Amino acid sequence: MTLWIWLLIACVLAYAWKLVGYFVPAKFLEDPRTSRVAGTMTIGLLASLTVVNAVVSGQALAADARLGALAAAAVALVLRAPFLVVVIAGAGTAALLRILGWN
Amino acid sequence: MKLLASPAVRVGISISIATGLYGVSFGALAVTSGLNFWQTMVLSLLLFSGGSQFAFIGVVAGGGSGLAAMSAATLLGMRNGIYGMQLNALLRPTGWRKYVGAQLTIDESTATSTGQTDPAEQQRGFWTAGIGVYVLWNLFTAVGALAGSGLGDPKQWGLDGAAVAAFLALLWPRLKGREPIAIAVVCAVATVVAVPFVPPGVPILVAAVVAALVGWFSHGRRDEGLEPDVEPYGTHGHGHHQDGPGDHQDRHGGPERRSGTDPEARA
Repeated sequence: MTLWIWLLIACVLAYAWKLVGYFVPAKFLEDPRTSRVAGTMTIGLLASLTVVNAVVSGQALAADARLGALAAAAVALVLRAPFLVVVIAGAGTAALLRILGWN
Repeated sequence: MKLLASPAVRVGISISIATGLYGVSFGALAVTSGLNFWQTMVLSLLLFSGGSQFAFIGVVAGGGSGLAAMSAATLLGMRNGIYGMQLNALLRPTGWRKYVGAQLTIDESTATSTGQTDPAEQQRGFWTAGIGVYVLWNLFTAVGALAGSGLGDPKQWGLDGAAVAAFLALLWPRLKGREPIAIAVVCAVATVVAVPFVPPGVPILVAAVVAALVGWFSHGRRDEGLEPDVEPYGTHGHGHHQDGPGDHQDRHGGPERRSGTDPEARA
């Protein structure tokens, strides 16, 4: 139930961000640091989410089949595969490594 | 009007199909990370910003709290505000169009619109991509959520690996040059260092703070990280920036130059 509440708050705030651009006078957002922070934070969050999903297990670090998924995704991206192919490569590699006994 | 003769409409449709399709992966991952069908659908219907949606379920899947999930999703949604400002200057929507347009303000619709130079095409591009992605993203989210809930053990299918791949794919196109790579590495290290000391989900917020401080105190490009990972006008569908819409805008000096961002990235 509490997950529902946070989920709905996230939805409201996401829409609020979007609306801000349409209603706040442009000069408030013209400070170059605003768009820079938006950009660096996007990079930082995505890098962090990648790492957390690859090597974090609870409050510990773990090296398991997800590392293989990370490597496979990187290879697919270097080969310029589309998003869905990258995701399938990650899933397939993790699944395969588990069949081979590496959890 | 022959809509299909409009380049912006054609691009908008193709980007809608490509983006909509990977809604399948969001739907499947969301239900396997512990959300139910309707929670998954509400994220796609109301939050409607791919990166933030993946962030929310990514934190939940890692055992993070709802508060941490909400915070990560919200911080990742900040760039949509920058896009909104650019689109407001470009399209000048009035009345209800502002409110509907705001909900459709994502990386894909922004990139499709700002890649055009003709004002009528900018309008068509925004609305075609915005509505198209919205409809297909939600449709395929439902497909993925229904399929995902019938999968059994998600690990057996490598779905945790799929999440890793999805985040790397969202990050990848933004890593152009030394500075964004340095930011990514610093934030990855900050995350790993924080893991043993704070509750699950919080390391991601630590990384966000580090990234924000870097952005605030360093003097680099204003549009770092606000880079395309969709390339509606390139020859390749994903992730590379040879001649993307941002380049066109730089040459033609469109209105969004004032805002100082390169408004093309992922939802």
